[in-house]
Amino acid sequence: MQWEVVIGLETHAQLSTVSKIFSGSSTAFGAEPNTQAAAIDLALPGVLPVLNRKAVECAIRFGLAVGAEVSPRSVFARKNYFYPDLPKGYQISQFELPVVVGGNLVLQVGQGENAYEKTVRLTRAHLEEDAGKSLHEDFHGKTGIDLNRAGTPLLEIVSEPDMRSSAEAVAYAKTLHALVRWIGICDGNMQEGSFRCDANVSVRPKGQEAFGTRREIKNLNSFRFLQQAIDYEVRWQIETLEDGGKIEQATVLFDPDTGETRAMRSKEDAQDYRYFPDPDLLPLVISDAWKAEVKATMPELPGEKRARLEAEYGLSAYDAATLTASLEVADYFDAALAALGAAGKAQAKTVANWVMGELSARLNKDGREIGDSPVSAAQLAGLVARIGDNTISNAIAKKVFEALWNGDGQSADEVIDKQGLKQITDSGAIEKLVDEVLAANPGNVAEYKAGKEKAFNALVGQVMKAAKGKANPQQVNDLLKAKLAG
Amino acid sequence: MSLTLDQVARIAHLARIEVTPAESEAVRDKLNGILAMIDELQSVDTTNVAPMAHAQDLAQRLRDDAVTETDRRAAYQAVAPETEAGLYLVPKVIE
Amino acid sequence: MINASLKELSAALADKRISSVELTQLYLDRIARLNPDLNAYVTVDAARSLAAAQAADARRAAGNAHALTGVPLAQKDIFCAEGWRTTCGSKMLETFVSPYDAHVVTRLEKDAGMVSLGKTNMDEFAMGSSNETSYYGPVQNPWDRSRVPGGSSGGSAAAVAARMAPIATGTDTGGSIRQPAALCNLTGLKPTYGVVSRWGMIAFASSLDQAGPMGKSAEDCALLLSAMAGFDPKDSTSLDRPVEDYARDLEQPLAGLKIGLPKEFFADGMNADVAQAVEAAIAEYRKLGAEIVEVSLPNMKLSVPAYYVIAPAEASSNLSRFDGVRYGHRAAEYTDLTSLYKNSRAEGFGAEVKRRILIGTYVLSHGYYDAYYLQAQKVRRLIAQDFAAAFAQCDVILGPTSPDVAFRAGEKAADPVQMYLSDIYTIAVNLAGLPGMSLPCGFAQRDGKRLPVGLQLIGDYFSEARLLNVAHQYQRATDWHQQMPEGL
Repeated sequence: MQWEVVIGLETHAQLSTVSKIFSGSSTAFGAEPNTQAAAIDLALPGVLPVLNRKAVECAIRFGLAVGAEVSPRSVFARKNYFYPDLPKGYQISQFELPVVVGGNLVLQVGQGENAYEKTVRLTRAHLEEDAGKSLHEDFHGKTGIDLNRAGTPLLEIVSEPDMRSSAEAVAYAKTLHALVRWIGICDGNMQEGSFRCDANVSVRPKGQEAFGTRREIKNLNSFRFLQQAIDYEVRWQIETLEDGGKIEQATVLFDPDTGETRAMRSKEDAQDYRYFPDPDLLPLVISDAWKAEVKATMPELPGEKRARLEAEYGLSAYDAATLTASLEVADYFDAALAALGAAGKAQAKTVANWVMGELSARLNKDGREIGDSPVSAAQLAGLVARIGDNTISNAIAKKVFEALWNGDGQSADEVIDKQGLKQITDSGAIEKLVDEVLAANPGNVAEYKAGKEKAFNALVGQVMKAAKGKANPQQVNDLLKAKLAG
Repeated sequence: MSLTLDQVARIAHLARIEVTPAESEAVRDKLNGILAMIDELQSVDTTNVAPMAHAQDLAQRLRDDAVTETDRRAAYQAVAPETEAGLYLVPKVIE
Repeated sequence: MINASLKELSAALADKRISSVELTQLYLDRIARLNPDLNAYVTVDAARSLAAAQAADARRAAGNAHALTGVPLAQKDIFCAEGWRTTCGSKMLETFVSPYDAHVVTRLEKDAGMVSLGKTNMDEFAMGSSNETSYYGPVQNPWDRSRVPGGSSGGSAAAVAARMAPIATGTDTGGSIRQPAALCNLTGLKPTYGVVSRWGMIAFASSLDQAGPMGKSAEDCALLLSAMAGFDPKDSTSLDRPVEDYARDLEQPLAGLKIGLPKEFFADGMNADVAQAVEAAIAEYRKLGAEIVEVSLPNMKLSVPAYYVIAPAEASSNLSRFDGVRYGHRAAEYTDLTSLYKNSRAEGFGAEVKRRILIGTYVLSHGYYDAYYLQAQKVRRLIAQDFAAAFAQCDVILGPTSPDVAFRAGEKAADPVQMYLSDIYTIAVNLAGLPGMSLPCGFAQRDGKRLPVGLQLIGDYFSEARLLNVAHQYQRATDWHQQMPEGL
């Protein structure tokens, strides 16, 4: 049987506020346990929540960024359950009336020729508070509770079950991750748990309309785990069904060590969260004026930028998508173009090629992010400028890039100058080299004249070698051809 | 509506309150007495009436994003039943 | 001195006829003598009170005193006060010493410089109308020791009635200031929801809870309310309004005042001698120049069932934080996390609190939410609309506070529903969020004892000053409020 995979994602993005969503405690990561847990976070008797305006502003930014409706009136509700990392015995969240409704996310799935575009619909996004942490190291067989994280503001972003493969799910997560960082509402630090996904996974026979029973994989905090967990879960569900079994709705955890998923014990109880409007918090009202104010501070969004790169610079859709896949890449590209000044527009394609090619490969090789690239955008721009004005060839440019990467010079010009890499364009000098090579390699000349194209390349190579790579390749080609034809 | 003993047990579990089998009938009877009184609500037609969750028909007031709290762990943990290394301790939690 | 008004105490302190330390000691002596029987206070800390009194005297000497600086008061044990044990009448918080102050405590003790004489007894988590649900034992009504003082602010009421404090704070979720005030011959005011900050006031039902003063007169209540009310950024339901002097209108004549009598209040259920006292009060108001009109609150009878859905629903969630993990009672015996929760909560909460948590859990649970909780919220809207319609026809609404005078201890304890019905006249006010007050309007005889009858006044939103004026003018014409129990 052919199976179809159905995936929806719930993503928790920790919002970039300095204080918690309902208290004045710091949200800084890594403090000593419970030193950033104030009376409100500890749910001491008599304390009350007061909502952080910045958290709401983050939600508005997100809503605007995904073309969603920002609710003029939304309601905070209490989700009631007992757990030691949940001090009040309820989580303040939004249930019936969330702050953001609808919206879309456009993804680029796959790479190169196999890449395709996909639009995933968003159901909603709502504000809520994070729970604390349970530490299971051995405290004489007990669990330790650290409430520093309790009350950290989260935006829970819920997608429709629109994804059909783990690749699409990962592309969605990456696009969303890039977007929340792009609009400055989340630092996206996945190791610190600032961005984590729950994946709802089900399978159904291809062609069947009704969804299969889903299982929810909780707390996936890396794209790799997201992929592995979904792939394992899909295999497991298909095998179970093909063996005549049935899928029970469940909440599962992914174990990165075994690569397997397993049902959570603490979720075995049928839950009844008894949601109801939080009586401590009146409805959240967002005026059109506030929305307009936030809108005025929004940066150019990835989708807008993509369209502009295609239209203004004639970049391909794939190039434009790649360059806008993250704020840092886009910023780098922008900075390089800006450094090129008036020449930027003409050199945009070359800059794009360098960013996506040499730079990207080199960063990958060293495991670095573009944000801490040893070659700055200005340096790369200097390099591209020298390619553009024929000072150096592409081949030499790679040498110059390598030198810049290693810190052997402050600018492309300095490297070119110091290492004497300036291209030879004086036709007299090149002609002299050509003549010498032709004279020294009669065998190749004969072969070429007998119709062997390869011999020509060998002659070009000899000339370039004699020129220490600095001769203008086009001029070498032209001169050689002319002389051989003569 | 009136409650069965099973329902009482289920509610007590949700509320994390131990109700022993010996208590459960008496608890159920008292709860059913209250529910009988509450059931009067079912007699009212509330079509098109908006629910009223708050005593005020106002918008929520917000606060600025600023850190106003300092570390008072020692004072807060002075009233805690069991702590170690700054952590609150509970019986082993299995996820 | 023990019958002096706040104004008189303030003047005596200002004129140095008495020091705060002397005044505080006087009350501490009375507490030491009377409290062992009455049980109005659960916590008294003489050293702390005297230290505060000393500081108040120093502040007066330094010349930066508030009118109430150095005046003692009793604080209901629902307000967190740093360094004070704060129990909320529960075993759950038997050893809980608060690490922070309620806004009311900050306002009264820090800003105004009043001196706390101690924390008063109350129904556990404010759930009760007789003070019998307190873990710290029942409170006796000073007018008849075999009777209840009302609840949940029964300790505050008994403390002021027995002159163990000149004034006290209370909280009112369904009548918990007004009903004990009525049963103990005091004046008590529940302000408009949002006038007094709930920060540090242990929550029972958050959308209904409101703190207010309980004292010997409307004038005293006006002075205390002026000191305790005010905007608090820490409570997002606290109203950001200009500061009010609630005593400003006390002396206004009542000519032209329109008093509405809801016919539903006078239909049946009220005891005959209570009705008689209320009728006499109406006659008195006529004499004072008020016009009496009939109004209707057709959904009044639904206020008790609506309240007993909404209040327990909110309470069931509010009380989830008492789980034996970060503070409060933790059971000695448990085998795992679930039994830690269940045993701690079963032991830490009393029967009434558990009942309300269970009812609240049920009405919010899957499949019952719409029929109970949502329906109750809709009925709440109907009740609020009834009041709005009534206030189109009158300035204040008048009626009884309680259907009867103080009942015997134990009389209603076995039947929760009977107990709940004793708040039939007060609950609707909380559902609507309106201000309401109770003031003494006479006595009824029971078993050869005189028992106070309370008159309830209900105002439109933010009409506290007007209510206090209406009460004050009545108190200038009558002396019910000045009467005091015998043998104290």
